[in-house]
Amino acid sequence: MAQHSSPPPGETRRWLDEPRNVTKVVWTLVAVCALLFLGDLLYEKHPHFAVEYLFGFYAIYGFVGSVGLVLAAKWMRKILMRDEDYYDRDR
Amino acid sequence: MTAIAELAMPLSPGLLVVLGGLLVPLLPVALARLYVLALPAAVLAYTLALPSGEHAAIAFMGLDLQLLRVDKLSTVFGSIFLIALFLGNLYAWHESDRMQRTAAQIYAGAAIGAAFVGDLVSLFVFWELTAIASVFLIWAAGTDRAFRAGMRYLVIQVGSGVILLAGVLFHVHGTGSLAFGHIGLDSPGGPLILIAFGIKCAFPLLHNWLQDAYPEATVTGTVVLSAFTTKLAVYALARSFAGTEMLIWIGATMTAFPIFYAVIENDLRRVLAYSLNNQLGFMVVGVGIGTEMALNGTAAHAFSHILYKALLFMAMGAVLFRTGTCKGSELGGLYKTMPWTTGFCIVGAASISAFPLFSGFISKSMILTAAGSEGHYITWGVLLFASAGVFHHSGIKVPFFAFFAHDSGKRPKEAPWNMLLAMAATAALCIGIGIWPDPLYAMLPFPVDFVPYTTGHVITQLQLLLFAALAFTFLMRTGLYPPELRSTNLDSDWIYRKVLPAIVRGIGRGIDAVWGSLTGIGLALVSVAIDGSARNFGPNGLVGRTVRVGNGVAWVTALLLVVLLVSYAAS
Repeated sequence: MAQHSSPPPGETRRWLDEPRNVTKVVWTLVAVCALLFLGDLLYEKHPHFAVEYLFGFYAIYGFVGSVGLVLAAKWMRKILMRDEDYYDRDR
Repeated sequence: MTAIAELAMPLSPGLLVVLGGLLVPLLPVALARLYVLALPAAVLAYTLALPSGEHAAIAFMGLDLQLLRVDKLSTVFGSIFLIALFLGNLYAWHESDRMQRTAAQIYAGAAIGAAFVGDLVSLFVFWELTAIASVFLIWAAGTDRAFRAGMRYLVIQVGSGVILLAGVLFHVHGTGSLAFGHIGLDSPGGPLILIAFGIKCAFPLLHNWLQDAYPEATVTGTVVLSAFTTKLAVYALARSFAGTEMLIWIGATMTAFPIFYAVIENDLRRVLAYSLNNQLGFMVVGVGIGTEMALNGTAAHAFSHILYKALLFMAMGAVLFRTGTCKGSELGGLYKTMPWTTGFCIVGAASISAFPLFSGFISKSMILTAAGSEGHYITWGVLLFASAGVFHHSGIKVPFFAFFAHDSGKRPKEAPWNMLLAMAATAALCIGIGIWPDPLYAMLPFPVDFVPYTTGHVITQLQLLLFAALAFTFLMRTGLYPPELRSTNLDSDWIYRKVLPAIVRGIGRGIDAVWGSLTGIGLALVSVAIDGSARNFGPNGLVGRTVRVGNGVAWVTALLLVVLLVSYAAS
């Protein structure tokens, strides 16, 4: 998933240096995820909790949880972020 | 002396490593390199051959000390500590600093010694020795930041030992027992001992020494540090507080909150320190649940965690070693010239994320299953969220921003051969345990009745992880993902690095101001008195000035008149 790279002149470009190829990787991931989502059809559930009966529960939980995590952390920056030398300034 | 030596037999593996470590400074560097590989290997063979049971009981100053207790719990922790020491020493082969090499052996030996003791006084001694020996790995970095972080680390670590000692005194007074066994919160010293363990285990709000100090240590020092202190604390908790329900909540909190910090942290070794904290949470939850399955899960997870965490720190250490920085904002594209390090880092990332066929999968799932089967609904949900979260930062963020992402233009050399070899061996263990968990399961404290590889389990885990990856991709492609920025994020160390110093400075300024105004008032009074005296008694003052004789006679006459009138009136 390398993006907009700037290799030094004279260096051969790698496969991942092409944005096209990165897009291919992304779509492969999407395809694999779609297949996995249907993977719930392949086995009988023996859950501990009722919520696990929801079709694709783990997939939804993983996606929503991750997006929530990143957006919450991004918001936390507003409160918590300081300059790199924040603790060095008092000296 | 011979009597004590005989009583101390068979020697604790920890003592062997500490004593062996003391020889390191006497050896030429070339020999010391080999020696520190042979030492843990020989002691590991010795450890695995020790008969189980309690040995080396010594009566010392009226205390019944027990330097060697061999059972499954102590052996599994002792063994992984020795393996970690071997791998850490291999990784540090190129290092010629005698002090670091010695400190690493003594530090590890102290942790191993602590894992094998059977009484609380010996535990205290080894507990403090881990603190004192390990700080040299931080100070060896030689920077001002490292020195200050090391000082804070030392104060907190030694403080944990002092609290432990206080708790032990209460405990012994109340129960009459010195045994390092189950203590629980009902014991008079229990809460203090739990706090002491909790500091070393980086409980929420007691945690920040870890993220503060580990990333400041040397390239090789952080790898060694990551293995011992916190897992010794997990071991002590499993020994003394299994089934303490409070630990379930503490552990669940520990799994969740550090991952938010990990997402926005720029220093990738600090990201790993946050995720170390998160992984400890899983182990603490296992201790809190306290069933056989949960405690097995804790021990197994500690075992696999030490390996994959060391591997990740090794990979980031190699990056730091070659490029001089470990900041996400400065790195990127390193896979082009460090392909092996990239590969090993990805193995560590897959292991910590608990991908099927990697070590985390076969250990973390035991704790999640234990939480599920005991009906801890919320805890289970938090652990599942934290599992997705750890993949996000340790699994994706660390390798992505170091080795891929935008090309930083840096073209460092591949890591030195010894680092590559250490990473290769660690990676092989991570995959080996993931594919063939039975030997690890056989080492666990209780018989294992758990099958990690079921269709449902594999599919649900892959769903969780790959959809988390999808979320990352989605956020990157839409530009919603927060960029890596050079920054400091406030954490609980803010309290003792900013607030308390500010309060102390404020109090100082207050005292200064009060003192200043008090002395000001005093000075003003004195100067008023001086001015007044000068006015009245000075050369031109009313009383002090010189008068002519005629005027003097007039004064005397007036006074005589007054005396006459007064005596007349009085008679």
